[in-house]
Amino acid sequence: MFKLTAVKYKDILDIKDLKIEEKKITCIVGKSGGGKTTLLKLLNNMVSCDSGLLKFKGQKISDYNPIQLRREIIMLPQNPIMFSTTIKDNFTKTLKYTGNELRSENNYVNLLKKLDLEHNLATDTIKLSGGEKQRLALARVLLLKPKILLLDEPSSALDEDTEKFIIKMVVNYIKENNGTLIMVTHSRSIADEYGDTIITLNNGQIENVEKRR
Amino acid sequence: MDNIIDISLMQIFTAFIFVLILLIIVKREHIGGEWEIILANIRMTVQLILVGYLLTYIFANPNLVFTVIILLLMQGFAIQNIYGRINKRISTDLKKIVAIAMFTGTTITILYFVLIVINLKPWFQPQYFIPLAGMLIGNSMTGISLGIEGLINGIKDNQAMIENALMLGGKPELITKDITGRAFYQAILPTINSMMGMGIVFLPGMMTGQILAGAAPLTAIKYQIVIMLGILGSVTLTVYIMIKWGAKTFFNERSQISISQN
Ligand SMILES: Nc1ncnc2c1ncn2[C@@H]1O[C@H](COP(=O)(O)OP(=O)(O)O)[C@@H](O)[C@H]1O
Ligand SMILES: [Mg+2]
Repeated sequence: MFKLTAVKYKDILDIKDLKIEEKKITCIVGKSGGGKTTLLKLLNNMVSCDSGLLKFKGQKISDYNPIQLRREIIMLPQNPIMFSTTIKDNFTKTLKYTGNELRSENNYVNLLKKLDLEHNLATDTIKLSGGEKQRLALARVLLLKPKILLLDEPSSALDEDTEKFIIKMVVNYIKENNGTLIMVTHSRSIADEYGDTIITLNNGQIENVEKRR
Repeated sequence: MDNIIDISLMQIFTAFIFVLILLIIVKREHIGGEWEIILANIRMTVQLILVGYLLTYIFANPNLVFTVIILLLMQGFAIQNIYGRINKRISTDLKKIVAIAMFTGTTITILYFVLIVINLKPWFQPQYFIPLAGMLIGNSMTGISLGIEGLINGIKDNQAMIENALMLGGKPELITKDITGRAFYQAILPTINSMMGMGIVFLPGMMTGQILAGAAPLTAIKYQIVIMLGILGSVTLTVYIMIKWGAKTFFNERSQISISQN
C-alpha cells in the first residue's frame, strides 16, 4: 500500500526501499531519536520527503489532495493535545475542523463507553489523567472512522496498562473494519504480540523487516 | 470660523515653561533622559512648522497628484511603522499581506468616505481629504499591529494543537477559525471601546480641534460621528483582509504547518 524508494528527509530519514502492506498490522520499533515519528508524519503527509519516491496505492503521495489523504490515513500523535475544554467540545471540534456535520450526543457517549472512559460529556479535560486524555484523543480519531491508522507510541509517561488497553482497542477496531494499522512501539512484546510485520528503524535507516504472518 | 483666537509667537514660548519644569525635575531627581526630552521637543516643533508650511501650500493649490502622493506616503509610512512595531520576525509573505491589507482597506474606505458620506467636491480637496485619510490610516495601523500580534501569538501558542488537528484531516482555515476570530476581535476592541467612552470619558482630538478653531459643537459632533464610523470601517476592512489572508501564510501548499519562516 505504501512504497518508499530512496526516500530522504533532512538528515533524519534515509530509506532505500520499504513496503507497507494493506490490511495488516505493521509495528515499527527502534531506538529513540531513530526517526519513527518522522516516518509516520511522512506517511500522514505532515512532512514531505526531500528526495526519493513515496507512493500510496500506486500513486505519488504528492498527487493526492493532502487533506483528503489525511482523512483516510489518520495519525494519532505521541502526545495528543486537547482541542477544547470539555469532552463534548473535543468531539464537536474534531467534526468542525474536518468539515463534518455534528452528530448526536449518543454517538459520543458510545465512544466513551467503548474506550472505558467513565466521564460525562461536560467533564473538563483538565481533570483527565494522561491516560484518559490519550483515550479521548483515540476516541476523536475513531469518530472519523479512518481506514488506515498511524499510531505513535503512547507517551512513556503513561503506565503500561493504559498503553496495552489503547493498543488492544485500536487492534480490535482495525480488525472489525478490515483496516490497516501502522504503529510505533517501544515495547518488543507488543510488537511480537500484534505485528504481522515488524520493522526496525535506527538512525533513520531500515535495519530489519521481519514478516511474521 | 471667523472668531478664531490666533496665538502669537510670544504665547507659544510661554508654553515651553512646561518643558522646563520637566527638565528641572528630571535633572534634580537624576532620572536622566534630558537630551531625549529636548530632542523630542525640537523635533515636534520643527516637524510641525514644516507640515504647517507644506499644508498651507497644498491647501492653497488643490491638486489631484499632490493628494494622491500624500495618501501613498501616509500609507507607506504606516506600513513601515507596523513592521517596526512588531517585535517578532515575520515572513515576507505576511509582510506583503500587511501592505496589501493596509493599502486596499484604507483606500476603499477613504474613497467611499469622501465620495459618498461627505460628498466632497472636488473629492481630492486636500483640506478635508488629508486629515480624514490620516485618521483612518492611523487607526488602521494600530488595528493591524494588534491583529498581527494576536494572529502570530495565537498560532504559535497553539502550534501543537493545530498539528494534531491537521493529522486527523482538519482544514487549516477551519482549525484556525477560533484563533483568527480572537485576533480580529482583539484588533477592533480599542475602536469599539473608544466609541463607548466618546463624549463622556473624553472629547476626541478632532472634535476638540474643530471646536477650538471655532466650529459649532453640533457641526463638530456630526463630523465626529461619521469619522468614527469611517474609522470603524477602515479598521474592520484592513484587519479582516490581513487576518484572513495572513493565517494562510502559516501553511504551505501541502497544508503542512510552516511556522519556521514566520
Ligand atoms: N521538526 C524537526 N526538525 C529537526 N529535527 C527534528 C524534528 N523532529 C525531530 N527531529 C529530529 O529527528 C530525529 C528523529 O526524531 P523522531 O522521528 O521523533 O524519532 P523517534 O520517534 O524514533 O524517537 C531526532 O534526532 C530528532 O531530534
Ligand atoms: Mg517518536
